[in-house]
Amino acid sequence: MVEVLEHYNIGQSNFKIVLAVPKLVKKAKPGQFVVLRVSENGERIPMSIADMDREAGTLTVIYQVIGKTTALLATVKPGEYIMDCVGPLGNPSHVDKKGKYMVIGGGIGIAPIHPVAQKARENGNEVYGIIGARTKELIFFEDEMRKACNRLYICTDDGSYGEKGFVSNVLQRLIDEGDKPDFILAIGPVPMMKAVCETTRPYSIPTWVSVNPIMIDGTGMCGACRVSVGGVTKFGCVDGPDFDGHLLDFDLLTSRLRMYIPQEREAMKKFQEEVHTPYVGPKS
Amino acid sequence: MPELSKVERMKLPRQSMLEQKPEERKHNFKEVPFGYTPELAIQEAQRCIQCKIPKCVEGCPVEVQIPQFIELITERKFAEASRKIKETNSLPAICGRVCPQEEQCEERCVLGKKFKPVAIGNLERFVSDYERDNNLTELPEIAPSTGKKVAIIGSGPAGLTAAGDLIRLGHSVTIFEALHKPGGVLVYGIPEFRLPKSIVNSEVEYLKKMGVKVMTSHVIGKIDTVDELLNEEGYDAVFIGTGAGLPNFMRIPGENLNGVYSANEFLTRSNLMKAYDFPNADTPIAKGKNVAVLGGGNTAMDSVRTALRLGAENAYIVYRRSQVEMPARAAEIHHAEQEGVQFILLTNPVRFIGNKDGWVEKMECIRMELGEPDESGRCRPIPIEGSNFEIDVDIVVIAIGNRSNPLVVQTTPGLKTNRWGNIIADPETMETSKRGVFAGGDIVTGGATVILAAGAGKKAARAIHDFVMSKK
Ligand SMILES: Cc1cc2nc3c(=O)[nH]c(=O)nc-3n(C[C@H](O)[C@H](O)[C@H](O)COP(=O)(O)OP(=O)(O)OC[C@H]3O[C@@H](n4cnc5c(N)ncnc54)[C@H](O)[C@@H]3O)c2cc1C
Ligand SMILES: Cc1cc2nc3c(=O)[nH]c(=O)nc-3n(C[C@H](O)[C@H](O)[C@H](O)COP(=O)(O)OP(=O)(O)OC[C@H]3O[C@@H](n4cnc5c(N)ncnc54)[C@H](O)[C@@H]3O)c2cc1C
Ligand code: SF4
Ligand code: FES
Repeated sequence: MVEVLEHYNIGQSNFKIVLAVPKLVKKAKPGQFVVLRVSENGERIPMSIADMDREAGTLTVIYQVIGKTTALLATVKPGEYIMDCVGPLGNPSHVDKKGKYMVIGGGIGIAPIHPVAQKARENGNEVYGIIGARTKELIFFEDEMRKACNRLYICTDDGSYGEKGFVSNVLQRLIDEGDKPDFILAIGPVPMMKAVCETTRPYSIPTWVSVNPIMIDGTGMCGACRVSVGGVTKFGCVDGPDFDGHLLDFDLLTSRLRMYIPQEREAMKKFQEEVHTPYVGPKS
Repeated sequence: MPELSKVERMKLPRQSMLEQKPEERKHNFKEVPFGYTPELAIQEAQRCIQCKIPKCVEGCPVEVQIPQFIELITERKFAEASRKIKETNSLPAICGRVCPQEEQCEERCVLGKKFKPVAIGNLERFVSDYERDNNLTELPEIAPSTGKKVAIIGSGPAGLTAAGDLIRLGHSVTIFEALHKPGGVLVYGIPEFRLPKSIVNSEVEYLKKMGVKVMTSHVIGKIDTVDELLNEEGYDAVFIGTGAGLPNFMRIPGENLNGVYSANEFLTRSNLMKAYDFPNADTPIAKGKNVAVLGGGNTAMDSVRTALRLGAENAYIVYRRSQVEMPARAAEIHHAEQEGVQFILLTNPVRFIGNKDGWVEKMECIRMELGEPDESGRCRPIPIEGSNFEIDVDIVVIAIGNRSNPLVVQTTPGLKTNRWGNIIADPETMETSKRGVFAGGDIVTGGATVILAAGAGKKAARAIHDFVMSKK
């Protein structure tokens, strides 16, 4: 059982949750993830590490309510417990010295790039970030990201905050202005990661992405998380989650993520009929 | 009961267990056999002629005292019989259900020469169920604390057995398990209809009552390494029983299409995550009309029978050799046949064909013929050129074996492995190349059996005891 210390809504269906996992955070590195299980008959859901405090022994996850299990998670109050938090899983991101290190976070993907930016900067990189979301309300971690990066660019699809457009538009502009990064880590929805990779392909800028396939164990046991990288099958959980985006088969990833859509709808419908209210705590 | 002569006893018919009818059971996940009644058990036990030199015992990897426990059954001392088995095998309720008795004890039973062998497995199952169901399980005596700490990695039969023996010897024992439930393949792989999870649970509860600590959701190699357990957390020895949990794929086109599963994923969804009970349990599983399972072992039989229970109209076993070469337990093949599984033998898939939505819809196969025996002693299957054909499938389950998971090995310098990535351990003491580290079960042998894993756990416990007690 894992205690929930803080939990609140950070805009629309996005939530921030802080878990007490002292031993796990001692080991966790930027780019790794955990697998949560909320209830006894619950699913195991992977979540990226958004922040960690080794002294306090806490781990922060930012998540979006998109189906049954995340909706259930949103009902857990501070002081209550979830069943499990396993980790740290997966390989840490590459944060060694690259020179101009760009992090790009789209939507919920802003969360995992935050610790990566911190570490990359600590390692002597010039870190610049682009964060983007559909609309102003969905931008989070702005202060944290300003602190973590040397420079930060913000954009929204509807232009309600920062530049109007997609993160890949901002990236293209920077490249056109001669501000070409030496390395990019982009995390976000699959279409966004794909657009970033297509933007950088002509310039051969090393561009890595973090994949979010469906997982069960997260330890290499089931193969649910298969992705194809340069024509070779890899396991997202143990070989990744970061892969070279220029070699990744995004269409396969998209297709595999759609495998359970009918069942996910059914589960969500049943859950909504059972009347559950999300815990919407005060913002800190 | 009147005293019967040896010859009369041998001529008694072998008693089979009552079981759910195939038509009924293929729609539920409840256990297939109901087990013996005490009367049936006694009748069956009377068939044993109490050999002076019991051949059956030679066939048992852990040398269960078979004639002795069977004799106790004839005296109606069922719980005592169970305890007799437990002197050498701590998991009789499990082994009675899943051991390949027809290749072990029962194959050697002298009765088998002229009649049918004594149903040793059924009897083992009966006495241990009797003991458990009537709350006759006694906690063994636990030696005074030695002050030594042992870490067990993995809670499959190897780890559970090692833990049980070590706690009895007075050591402090902690099991670290990656998944959220202990039991290894017994909980995530083998289905409820063959091994009810309540039985595995009661084994784990028994260990906990004796004082074993069980830390689930703890992946060694990630949150802790073997070296950290030994050097920082004060463990005097470590036993690695992490199994063979990495699924093999066929490496043929179309393998990543939706609907193509590894057996590990398919079975884990259904068993560990209870997807058969979706939406009451949250984890989904794809159900198919035409399900093909590739392979011929226990894992393949478990997968195909699970698919039937999930509602498949056609459930196929596609195997590249013939039925005699199938490594599955005879009882499982028999049960699968009774339930209507269709066997497509001497056939191998060459590619999977998808529809426009990325779901598998057909499988192209090629016919095989058997050639000379290979290093495994089984005939090597050779493709017959030009014999390709297609079958309609909407779910494919690949059950062609597992390799060992490298998480622990990669993070443990000094631990030697063979070319398949299995840890090298002394066959008698289970000692590895690293001081204080022992290993046993599938991680050493590659995919084998429950009883071999349990036997390795037992040997390791003895050697670990000697090791920690000689340590200053
Ligand atoms: C390594 C990794 C890191 C992730 N980090 C985050 C994060 O930081 N924040 C966040 O909000 N989400 C993250 N996700 C995605 C998150 O796991 C899914 O949104 C969640 O599992 C959805 O569960 P659900 O029951 O609410 O929705 P469902 O109704 O089950 O699914 C909705 C959609 O989510 C995806 N999904 C479903 N199950 C899984 C699963 N077990 N694993 C992955 N995706 C799934 C599918 O595309 C599905 O269509 C991450 C995924 C991975 C693999
Ligand atoms: C579907 C199926 C059916 C089978 N049917 C039969 C049968 O009928 N009869 C029979 O005799 N045998 C059968 N077998 C084989 C038998 O189950 C195995 O040989 C046996 O379980 C091996 O035991 P083990 O203790 O070595 O490992 P496992 O049972 O594999 O357990 C290993 C445990 O270690 C855990 N682990 C792995 N890595 C780590 C880590 N890094 N940190 C912490 N924990 C870790 C795993 O999660 C797992 O729980 C079957 C196998 C399968 C897959
Ligand atoms: S070989 Fe058969 S008859 Fe002889 S002791 Fe063993 S079980 Fe009994
Ligand atoms: S999630 Fe099971 S192997 Fe990756």
